Amino acid sequence: MVDISKSIPKVDLFEKTSGEAMYVSDFSYDDLHYARTLRSTEPKAKIKEIQFPTIPEGVFIVDYKDIPGKNVVKIIFDDQEIFPTDTVTYIGQPILLFVGKDKELLEELIKNTKVVYEILDPVFAWTNSAVHNHFSKGKPEEAFQKASRIIQYHYDTSYQEQAYIEPQGFIGTYDDGKVTLIGSIQCPYYVKNALLLALDAKGDEVRVIQATVGGAFGGKEEFPSLMACQLAVALRKIKKPIKMIYEREEDMISTTKRHPSKTLLSAAIGSNDEILAIRSNIGIDGGANIGLSGVVLSRAMIATTGAYTIENIDSSGDVFLTNTVPNGAFRGFGAPQMLYAIEMFIEHIAKDLGKDPFEYRMKYLAKQGDATSTNGKFRDPIIMPEMIEKALEISKFKEKSKIFSRPNVMKGIGMSWFLHGCGFTGSGESTHINALVKLHKTAEENVEILIAAVDMGQGVRTTMRKLVSSILEIPMEKVIYDFPDTDKVPDSGPTVASRTMMIVGGLVARCAKHLKETWTPGEMLLEERYVQPSYILWDEETMTGDAYPAYSWGVNVVEVSVDKVTYEVTVEEIWSVYDLGKAIDERIVIGQADGGIVQGVAYGYLEVMNHKSGKLLQKNFTDYIIPTSMDTPKMTTVIIDNPYPLGPYGAKGVGELTLVGGAPAVAKAIEMAIGKKVFSIPVTPEKIMELMKHE
Amino acid sequence: MSNITFKLNGEMVSVEGNPGVRLLDVLRNEFKLTGIKEGCGEGECGACAVLLDHKIVNSCSVVLANVDGHEIMTIEGFKNSKKYQIIRDSFGHAGAVQCGFCTPGMVIATESLLNENPSPTEDEIKIGMSGNLCRCTGYQSIIEAVKRASEDGDGLW
Repeated sequence: MVDISKSIPKVDLFEKTSGEAMYVSDFSYDDLHYARTLRSTEPKAKIKEIQFPTIPEGVFIVDYKDIPGKNVVKIIFDDQEIFPTDTVTYIGQPILLFVGKDKELLEELIKNTKVVYEILDPVFAWTNSAVHNHFSKGKPEEAFQKASRIIQYHYDTSYQEQAYIEPQGFIGTYDDGKVTLIGSIQCPYYVKNALLLALDAKGDEVRVIQATVGGAFGGKEEFPSLMACQLAVALRKIKKPIKMIYEREEDMISTTKRHPSKTLLSAAIGSNDEILAIRSNIGIDGGANIGLSGVVLSRAMIATTGAYTIENIDSSGDVFLTNTVPNGAFRGFGAPQMLYAIEMFIEHIAKDLGKDPFEYRMKYLAKQGDATSTNGKFRDPIIMPEMIEKALEISKFKEKSKIFSRPNVMKGIGMSWFLHGCGFTGSGESTHINALVKLHKTAEENVEILIAAVDMGQGVRTTMRKLVSSILEIPMEKVIYDFPDTDKVPDSGPTVASRTMMIVGGLVARCAKHLKETWTPGEMLLEERYVQPSYILWDEETMTGDAYPAYSWGVNVVEVSVDKVTYEVTVEEIWSVYDLGKAIDERIVIGQADGGIVQGVAYGYLEVMNHKSGKLLQKNFTDYIIPTSMDTPKMTTVIIDNPYPLGPYGAKGVGELTLVGGAPAVAKAIEMAIGKKVFSIPVTPEKIMELMKHE
Repeated sequence: MSNITFKLNGEMVSVEGNPGVRLLDVLRNEFKLTGIKEGCGEGECGACAVLLDHKIVNSCSVVLANVDGHEIMTIEGFKNSKKYQIIRDSFGHAGAVQCGFCTPGMVIATESLLNENPSPTEDEIKIGMSGNLCRCTGYQSIIEAVKRASEDGDGLW
């Protein structure tokens, strides 16, 4: 049998290189109208009046009064209005739509529309807690009481923008009472369910179809539901085809980003310099509404001790509401903020205690059978020692550390260890999602995969077909996997949380095995629904138990040099070792690894986004700088198999794992290069200059 | 309004219209050449790249008037060439295509680079491709793809 990891050609290679692939902006219809958005220019204000210019015939205004159903975007926490009724809460917030056939005319009308505001006091400080969570493990209070020393540091992170190259967009039609949307989305059913509520519609009155997606990274998880609701309301009103594609600037100023965070970590140190307990307190900036922020917070808190086992933990956290753009899903989903903090902290503890950080960290590395941060259990084998050994060997970490630690070398090497929980946090998979997949064998003996999983570049159109073809031992050409269409596929859940191959693929694999066993000529339809393994127990209230069914693990090593004069950081080389269970396609996994680490490292040193009084200071790729080919170092990735029994062929999650360790690795490397402790990312030349001032 | 004539993918075409409109809009809307993508509208991302007299330009930053009497090649025209096949296959081998939104622009950038320098070094590839943003791949596979295209297409450029 051929090893499933052996790479095969991607099924969408030809259509994508030739420009034939249809992204949402490439669709068109007769009598096409466009929607453009009037946006708030105030961080918090009451709308007293809107003064419109003369509206020509054929141009429509669509606002909250046109919403047939509930004026709320259904996400997890439904606190966002589709169109504001009377109050705006962030700059860039959509107020209403102008719809018409002439885009330039619409722009002109928007320019000549005056919103009269009654300015309210905006909140930018992190004082208004909307979600507070807490959990503990062991007896942290006692440990802190008997500590011989307490070490405590603050760690900050700022915004990161997903910066998918394809901006957000939808195109929609209205036909005989039915609204159909084609969109650049990760979660067809999130969109559909949001539309049902907004339109007060029945299931068959709304249809959502995925177009080819030009990158997402979490940015097309929950945000598109807002846009889709607005467009659907317009479609119901005007009953003409409407296209709504964001321009880069409005995309950047108004769509969700990675939550800025502030984390306070404290360690109770015993008389033998051992860590008795760790206390974490994290605050994240939710922006103007909660949305997914509570879930992001959970994942961050659960990552409190990263890849280590600490007996006693106390973790608390808050989502703060501010009058800024709402933050949301982004590859890693809260974990990058905390993993960066804990990785720096353990290093800083070791340094303060005069210990070798590597040896010190090794003492606490999690082992199979250990209790997780939330008192669950690491059930499956953990092969981190082997992975770390490999990383040391290929990067020459120890030899380089010795040389780089000398003064004035201005070079550094940093190593991060991390894990990522695969699938939804806690009982999400069983209670919220309850995934259903189907396989349809046609009369022609083709097998159609019916799932809602979206290929946004991560290659699932290839890997899912490969999986089914391999199990059924039929050619790839006999396996069909069209773009998800809610009229055709069941709800297998959103394409998020590193769940697609492990959870959805796991169900598809079981369904395929069942199909193989019962294979009879002619048409067949089989289904498989997610069942939480009975040993996975989670208490949402106290945040205790198994937060995830399985974990992927990783080691990143980053080497940098820092310019002695400008403090500009150059990433010289990157080495990564991963345990992701089993790669379903090695080349595709390496692609995820390369892209993930570059995005993660850039989060740590390069990508700067901030706001001033609620106004984002970066609006396009001219001022929000993401890596170019010039910033790409040589990257080496090693994958070590460690099959997970419930994953298809042993596969676990991949997508997020490859990002979450990047920032701490590069921050530690810079720390070594400059000989100063780093507490804030991105570590820009300006921040290095500040640190160097305090000699 | 004026009449702008240029060669588009090998054929002479005339456009009656505002000479100040973006070439990107003309190509996508009038000629339905949707392989050209709009990523940023500010000439930063390269998703809308086309060849103007065999050299890469961002079609969002070129106005229609500027192509009068010139030659434009888009991915739709270029895909019929042997060079395209070499580039496509090298992108496939290297795993350089993920979401694909930047890919037609990357292909055009590769063609433009190899036209100028058939055997670029790794540094020359990095510089040559630096006008095209990709958020998925981290570029290593794209750099490898260009290198491979230059080797496999030896003699074509």
